[in-house]
Amino acid sequence: MDAALRELSYAQAIQEAMAIAMDMDERVFLMGEDIGVYGGAFQVTGDLVERYGTERVIDTPISELGGAGVAVGAAVTGMRPIFEFQFSDFATLAMEQIVNQAAKMRFMLGGEVSVPVVMRFPAGSGTGAAAQHSQSLEAWLGHVPGLKVIQPATPHDAKGMLLAAVADPDPVMIFEHKLLYKMKGHVPEGHYTVPIGKAEIRREGRDLTIVATSIMVQKALDAAAVLEGEGIDIEVVDLRTIRPIDRQTVIDSVKKTSRLLCVYEAVKTLGIGAEVSALVAESEAFDYLDAPIVRLGGAETPIPYNPDLEKATVPQVPDIIAAARDLVKGVR
Amino acid sequence: MAGASKAAVVDSRANLPFIYRQYSPEQLREVLHKMYLIRRFEEGAEECYTRGLIHGTMHLSIGQEASAMGICMPLAADDQITSTHRGHGHCIAKGAEVSRMFAEFFGKTTGYCKGRGGSMHIADVAKGNLGANGIVAGGIPIAVGAALSSKMMKTGKVVVSFFGDGANNEGAFHEALNMAAVWKLPVIFVCENNGYGMSTSTARSTAVKNIAERAAAYSMPGVIVNGNIFSEVAEASFKAVERARAGEGPTLIESKTYRHRGHSKSDRNRYRTKEEIEDWMANRDPITLFETELRDFGFIDDQGIQAIRDAVAKEIADGIEFAKASPTPEIATLQNYVYTEQA
Ligand SMILES: Cc1ncc(C[n+]2csc(CCOP(=O)(O)OP(=O)(O)O)c2C)c(N)n1
Ligand SMILES: [Mg+2]
Repeated sequence: MDAALRELSYAQAIQEAMAIAMDMDERVFLMGEDIGVYGGAFQVTGDLVERYGTERVIDTPISELGGAGVAVGAAVTGMRPIFEFQFSDFATLAMEQIVNQAAKMRFMLGGEVSVPVVMRFPAGSGTGAAAQHSQSLEAWLGHVPGLKVIQPATPHDAKGMLLAAVADPDPVMIFEHKLLYKMKGHVPEGHYTVPIGKAEIRREGRDLTIVATSIMVQKALDAAAVLEGEGIDIEVVDLRTIRPIDRQTVIDSVKKTSRLLCVYEAVKTLGIGAEVSALVAESEAFDYLDAPIVRLGGAETPIPYNPDLEKATVPQVPDIIAAARDLVKGVR
Repeated sequence: MAGASKAAVVDSRANLPFIYRQYSPEQLREVLHKMYLIRRFEEGAEECYTRGLIHGTMHLSIGQEASAMGICMPLAADDQITSTHRGHGHCIAKGAEVSRMFAEFFGKTTGYCKGRGGSMHIADVAKGNLGANGIVAGGIPIAVGAALSSKMMKTGKVVVSFFGDGANNEGAFHEALNMAAVWKLPVIFVCENNGYGMSTSTARSTAVKNIAERAAAYSMPGVIVNGNIFSEVAEASFKAVERARAGEGPTLIESKTYRHRGHSKSDRNRYRTKEEIEDWMANRDPITLFETELRDFGFIDDQGIQAIRDAVAKEIADGIEFAKASPTPEIATLQNYVYTEQA
């Protein structure tokens, strides 16, 4: 097979990145619940335990707070842990170590230490797992100085950003939408990095900028393809990192299109859409706006179990199409 | 003569295991009925899932029926429980109807959680079930809080917190046990130790051999029972309930059992052997053990057993029909129940 066209799933891309990181640096190791013989709840670690052994692929007890703290402690003292939360929802159990310790240790100690820990969070709804296994909590962590928070949207970025995260001297939190794990895409062989803090324009357009995160990037692209048939030309910006946010790419795009739609799965209020809207409103791009800024986010409710309700809770392609069309046609 | 034989009956009962001394034959036949109901409910749910009628995932308690039933046996109707992700059996043992449980799994408005919760949150709150839980150990402090209410409000209620062996390594477990002991609350901690937290055996995850040993750290009795023998479980629960009601404080019961099925619907069972699973199924099935005992002691005959199985089969079939025929929630109701409705 042509190596240039090699395709992997998002989950395989992450697994390959972890293997490369462990091959390159013996300080790198994996910790998490059921990541060994089980292969991880979403089969992301897969058979890594067979290749790297139980000393480097460590099954923890069901102890998120302690486990995250152990990873922080190991990171501060020379190791390079990659800690997998079984579901991002369980970050809530480990908030103390993530927010009070990992994020602030370097600062509080006057720069005497670094905390090169990577934490991975399978996130999002769409699996029928109900209110405690479907949340999108990335903005919670995005609010904390000291952390870096990323949301790769493609297999290519999943691998490259994880490798960038492992090389990063500071704590990096990776939110991986569970519905992306099976998504296939081109993934180069070997080591490469995709920079943290840099957005990517997935599709160029003139009429409207959609700033999307994670799974919403693909949905925005699907919506853009439909609207192209109506003569509406949409630019899709994949934010990729929510802390630190790439302001310039967003501002430049909005200056070009004069319209902004933010699309993200997390609960709409007090989220990433608010931040992106505000950064545009505060910038020179404000003068270029021809329409109000619009946000499409999750409904103000926990994720329900019923599949129809669950779908209705988060933006879907038709919702994006309708919002984009209204914006461009001046209905709003 | 008649008097003498009556005395002999009393005497022979005195040598029987706890439940035969404590409960009537009717009550015990009803226990067998409920154990079958749990088993067939799980099988029915599994089949509906396989046929694509139910989405999401589920954690089946097949093999753990004696534990759920034994613990709930001495509870009064208004006593309370908190349950777990593996909570279908607890829900039935505490008095739920399978029709409304199926309806929940089908995401219908007639479900116990109106289609919002699904398998992982299933509970009949009216029967004293404060919720299954998607968070390992999430229900343990809540049970302690319910027990605090009982003490402060002088309701006399006892609260049972069910959890798995995996939960004993969460901070919430330790914090909750300590408070319950310090405040002498009427709560019973029930660890259903089925040997594994997902793929991780207790030997690999837990520093003590028996989770009941954790009780010593919190100065409460720690009791180990064979969780597949209904009488043993019920006896331990009975004593713990007496102690709780008398204001003497909490008990930790470790009920050693086994789940026949995988952890959830996506488990390939790579962390345990087929032989181990088959051994538990063939030699220590809690329903077989209880049924055989009831028959040996003359509390039920083959006809009686068949009648129970037939009745249960009908309840399950009717329950699934009820679920299928029930309405789906309207999208317009998406934000219901997020906050309390105010007049
Ligand atoms: C806080 C938290 N961590 C991890 C999980 C994922 N998870 C769900 S059940 C489970 C295993 C629980 O094991 P145990 O407590 O022994 O209960 P069992 O499944 O054996 O009944 C895990 C790891 C979770 N739901 N909540
Ligand atoms: Mg267990």
